[in-house]
Amino acid sequence: MAVVEADHVSRRYGSNLAVDDVTVMFQSGQCTAIVGHNGAGKSTLIKMLLGLVRPTSGRISVLGEDPTAGDRRWRSQIGFLPESVSFPPNLSGRETLDFYARLKGYSEAANPCLLDQVSLTEAADRRVSTYSKGMRQRLGLAQALLGSPRVLLLDEPTSGLDPASRQSFYGIIRSLVADGVAVLLSSHALEEIEGQADRIAVMSHGRLRAFGSLNELRGLSELPVQIQLCVAEDAQVAAFVRSFGMPAAIDGRQICLACPATSKMDVLRRVAACEGVVDFDVLPPTLDSLYAWFMEVRP
Amino acid sequence: MSAVLAIAMGELRSSLRNRWVLSATLVMTALALSLALLGSAPTGTVGAMPLDITVVSLTSLTIFLVPLIALLLSHDAIVGEAERGTLLLLLSYPIARWQVVAGKFAGHLSVVAFAVTLGYGSAGVVIGWVSGGADREGAAAFGAMIGSSILLGASFLSLGYLASVCVRQRAAAVGVAVAVWLLLVLAYDAALLGALVADKSRSIPTELVQALLILNPADAYRLFNLAGFGRVSAFSGMAAVSQQSHVPAGLLLSILIAWTAAPLAATAAIFSRREI
Repeated sequence: MAVVEADHVSRRYGSNLAVDDVTVMFQSGQCTAIVGHNGAGKSTLIKMLLGLVRPTSGRISVLGEDPTAGDRRWRSQIGFLPESVSFPPNLSGRETLDFYARLKGYSEAANPCLLDQVSLTEAADRRVSTYSKGMRQRLGLAQALLGSPRVLLLDEPTSGLDPASRQSFYGIIRSLVADGVAVLLSSHALEEIEGQADRIAVMSHGRLRAFGSLNELRGLSELPVQIQLCVAEDAQVAAFVRSFGMPAAIDGRQICLACPATSKMDVLRRVAACEGVVDFDVLPPTLDSLYAWFMEVRP
Repeated sequence: MSAVLAIAMGELRSSLRNRWVLSATLVMTALALSLALLGSAPTGTVGAMPLDITVVSLTSLTIFLVPLIALLLSHDAIVGEAERGTLLLLLSYPIARWQVVAGKFAGHLSVVAFAVTLGYGSAGVVIGWVSGGADREGAAAFGAMIGSSILLGASFLSLGYLASVCVRQRAAAVGVAVAVWLLLVLAYDAALLGALVADKSRSIPTELVQALLILNPADAYRLFNLAGFGRVSAFSGMAAVSQQSHVPAGLLLSILIAWTAAPLAATAAIFSRREI
């Protein structure tokens, strides 16, 4: 079910079109990642979804409500983590979470569990001003999870987190998605998103360049699949490579074939039948290379 | 309403932690006690009541100090949150913008009210104890002075919020707050006096001067306390003003309330249209 919809949404600041005719839907029970360079329009889009910025044109619906309309009760079902989150410096982590729970109209009873979930129990009574960036980010995630939201909007959520905290963060996200929460996160860290997001929106200069699952984006692009082969010592490498009739990089016994996605199965059958091949791996285009492709080919 | 209360409690807690409450209360108490004990010393020979004299002294102090404390508390209430990056998160919660303004106002007003009541109240208690008790009229004038001081603080808190919502940088908010303080506390009276001195032909109608005088919140406060109570006006040198002006105390308080309500409403209206 689509819980967040943007229909031909644009936002103009003077002569700058920050978001340009974006149409996109986010489903419950899915993690959607928005990727794009700085100034691509990711944060503006998130602010429009929150009703903090009005679209110049187009229509937005979040949980069936217009975010810019007067009634703000729907926001109690939204969790938001801004990029580089800040908190009142004089309050402790526990007091901060209690403060936001009261603002959302929820009981503070569940807050100790949330602090535990983001591994901040020990530091809960320290002032937030003494927290590291990663700890503030984890506290930010805890406040976003207040009241079990149906939609989570996370702007660069893992910036400042160490690898262990990132693992734990994505563990929390996976369990929320399994519970039916719609998670929308923006990030520059393409490698870590690759294995986590169900759908990916590629934005550039305010426009949505591509939207779909990783496999759908691979299908949209014309990037080749990399087939890495390890051949026997006595194999006639040059003749072997020529027989495939496609671009290849050779490094000793290692051969990397750049195979068009459409002929992948054909090539794999031939590779499997070839006696000189002792091992092979199939590497589909990474999100990094797909992102670069969408930036260059569909600017 | 719970959101307003939550924001007010948050502001109060922050003010307690960053020593705002402590420093404001200490300054108020120290100055009030000094003025009360030193200022009332010569009253014995002229038969004046010490509490009335203290009202005169503290009123003059309040006009300078309370607006300054209120503006210092409020000038970065909105622009400061925006610069620190806490405003974006706050506004993503299910609260209306006016609730943010109302919550901050309630929290900051509590700080001002606490500092004024404790600071001036302690001076009143000491004076009453030293002079062997106070009469009903003196106590009423003193109580009214405390209440109107809080109202004066409320006016300048509201003006501080208006400055805070109209600018994009904290430094600009500081500049506007200082300008507001200079204009309303110092320059306004000087300009009015200068105009009267320059007007040798007496072409400026008395009613206009009177209207201009009470339109300033600091002057409305001064008139309320120094000319509003018979005995106090005699000691403050405002007896003639008191007899001629005929400005009802209710009108003067209404002016202070208007100076609180109008900037607050303007702040809420501007803030509601502001994109983050």
